[in-house]
Amino acid sequence: MRYKSQKVAYWFFALSMLLLTLQLVYGFIMGFAHMGYDNLHSFIPFNTARAVHTNLLVVWLLSGFMGAAYYIIPEEAENELVSVKLAYVQLISLAVVGVIAIIGYHFNYWEGRKFLEIPRPLDYLVVVNVLTFLGLILVTLFMGKKRTTTSLVLSMGLLFAALLYLPGMIWFDNQTMDSFFRWWVVHLWVEGVWELIMGGILAYLLIKITGVDREVIEKWLYVIVGLTFISGVLGTGHHYYYIGTPKYWLIIGGIFSALEPLAFLGMALFAVAMYRKGEKRHPNKIALSWTLGTSIISFVGAGLLGMAHTLPSVNMYTHGTLVTAMHGHLAFWGAYGMIVLAIISYTLPNLTGRKRYDNVNGVLAFWLSNIGMIGMTAAFAAAGVAQVYMERIMGVDFGDVQKEIQVHFLVLVLCATLFSVGIGLFIYEFVKYGLPNDEALEINEND
Amino acid sequence: MLSKGQARAFFLGGTAVTFAVFLGLSWNSLSTKVPKQTHAENITPQVIRGKHLWESNNCMGCHTIMGEGAYYAPELTKVVERRGDNYIKAALMSKTPWSPRGRKMVAYGFSEEEANDLVAFFTWIGNTDLNGFPAKPKYKTTQNF
Ligand code: HEC
Ligand code: HEM
Ligand code: HEM
Ligand SMILES: [Fe+2]
Repeated sequence: MRYKSQKVAYWFFALSMLLLTLQLVYGFIMGFAHMGYDNLHSFIPFNTARAVHTNLLVVWLLSGFMGAAYYIIPEEAENELVSVKLAYVQLISLAVVGVIAIIGYHFNYWEGRKFLEIPRPLDYLVVVNVLTFLGLILVTLFMGKKRTTTSLVLSMGLLFAALLYLPGMIWFDNQTMDSFFRWWVVHLWVEGVWELIMGGILAYLLIKITGVDREVIEKWLYVIVGLTFISGVLGTGHHYYYIGTPKYWLIIGGIFSALEPLAFLGMALFAVAMYRKGEKRHPNKIALSWTLGTSIISFVGAGLLGMAHTLPSVNMYTHGTLVTAMHGHLAFWGAYGMIVLAIISYTLPNLTGRKRYDNVNGVLAFWLSNIGMIGMTAAFAAAGVAQVYMERIMGVDFGDVQKEIQVHFLVLVLCATLFSVGIGLFIYEFVKYGLPNDEALEINEND
Repeated sequence: MLSKGQARAFFLGGTAVTFAVFLGLSWNSLSTKVPKQTHAENITPQVIRGKHLWESNNCMGCHTIMGEGAYYAPELTKVVERRGDNYIKAALMSKTPWSPRGRKMVAYGFSEEEANDLVAFFTWIGNTDLNGFPAKPKYKTTQNF
């Protein structure tokens, strides 16, 4: 840690870890419900559990991204954060909005659009919150000494993510139009601007961890985010196949979304190449695992498993089945979950001055969570593929099919347990060795 | 070899071009094509009331519609064709959790009028042209009622 204000990051990471824990609890509720044990139905029906699970996911990731920005921007811009106090206000208000939204979901208070369930009055609070965050980051950046490509790409990603939240707030009488703009948020986030955020954080980590020259890394960063937008923007068409939109989207969406894995492949090759090229290796082995891990698992989850159902002829049958859940889990985990855990693993020793670079808990956390998540993906895949064949091709009734595939949810819950043990170990390390202290300002030779 | 300036130009140029094309196509879709394909003229106040009920109760948190939503309960785009009005109304007006096949729905206990609004919404959705979705199954096996 070189700047005192970087400490704010810790509290954003702490909020992030708290929400991740809660997310998993609701995941188990849904896993059991799919298995036939919906004992909580009267208090927490499935739609409540789902809204809580996915919204907590989005908020813990955003909180992680914000923490990353509060750590990275002061260092890259060589400037203390302009107002630490406002950053704490922003943190607390983020937590408060999140908690109100989640309580509301237990009382049928929501907007009822997948991923954008937050009710309208709270939407405005989210907007104010995000504007405060962006204000702090951008002013710090532009008043600082340096504007590096890494910090610009990261800030651009955060800015666009905020702008793209707005189309999700428009209301239409036509379900197709609603859905059309819902994808401007959901798709253009995960297959567009969030990739900028991921790319920015990844570039920062690679510069720090591998010691490869910044100019080389940042050049490739531009190429990767270029590939992202060139394929991902028109790739939105893969959600416009079957929702009442013209047929030309089948061709445009099919072609451009099939190119999207290139950006993820680029990221994986780039991270591995930089790792092999780097001469000044950083001692933080755990951060290195997460950094290489995120680049590779995101390619598998988003790239390969996205490709698996993105062609119109396949999507006709898999659209809206558990196959989508299979892809959703590994993609979100690999690309965004792991990048947040990577930046936490890198920054924590720097914030605390405790050199926990390589230890059993940390290594186990990495492997158990990844093996668990890959197992969960396989369980969803088995359930999803069976569902597609039985329901969509053979014409067996939905309810009958669900009974046949219940057993895959037993596997899901078992693998989810392994995953949760991994996450538990990560959080244990975070809590036990976490708290930042100012002495860390002096011991920063490895930052 | 590619320079950093060229890489930046690739990023900015590529983004600008694809984004412009995307906006153009979106405009083309939404201004004329979508209203025609979805029979927007059939969106009556009753359909809109049904859509409000659909949203304010987050039915999408269990069901899919037009293939979007959750994977816990049946896809409802063609539910009117599959089950008919009366079956749907029975599910919606039931005061105990509807679950003929074992998995529970929330017991909404809607009024007759609300149930009619939702049926109107499903009827409108069922008549939209979704480019062939949902595909007709290749075999007819145990479709039960
Ligand atoms: C907690 C999850 C849940 C929620 C929320 C929910 N449903 Fe259901 N719904 C189900 C399940 C499960 C079934 C299938 C029951 C069975 O056949 O055993 C079902 C069946 C139906 C059916 C009959 C479909 C068929 O093919 O048999 C209709 C229509 C329906 N729901 C409409 C709605 C509407 C409208 C809402 C929102 C107001 C809603 N549901 C909310 C779980 C839910
Ligand atoms: C990190 C990047 C990605 C994440 C986090 C992600 C996540 C998701 C999620 C959560 C959904 C469900 C969305 C909803 O129904 O609201 C989804 C759908 C989809 N994704 Fe991705 N995705 C990513 C990248 C990709 C890529 C690169 C491709 C294509 C190559 C792809 C192809 C698809 C397709 C075709 C669907 C629609 C599935 C359906 O019809 O039900 N995704 N994705
Ligand atoms: C304890 C571990 C977990 C379990 C048991 C679990 C289980 C589930 C279940 C059953 C669903 C609902 C599918 C449906 O609609 O029927 C779901 C949805 C989802 N979960 Fe998880 N989950 C877990 C952890 C995670 C994690 C760590 C992530 C992200 C990194 C995640 C991301 C998602 C997403 C994006 C969806 C929505 C998928 C879609 O709409 O296609 N989950 N989860
Ligand atoms: Fe997409």
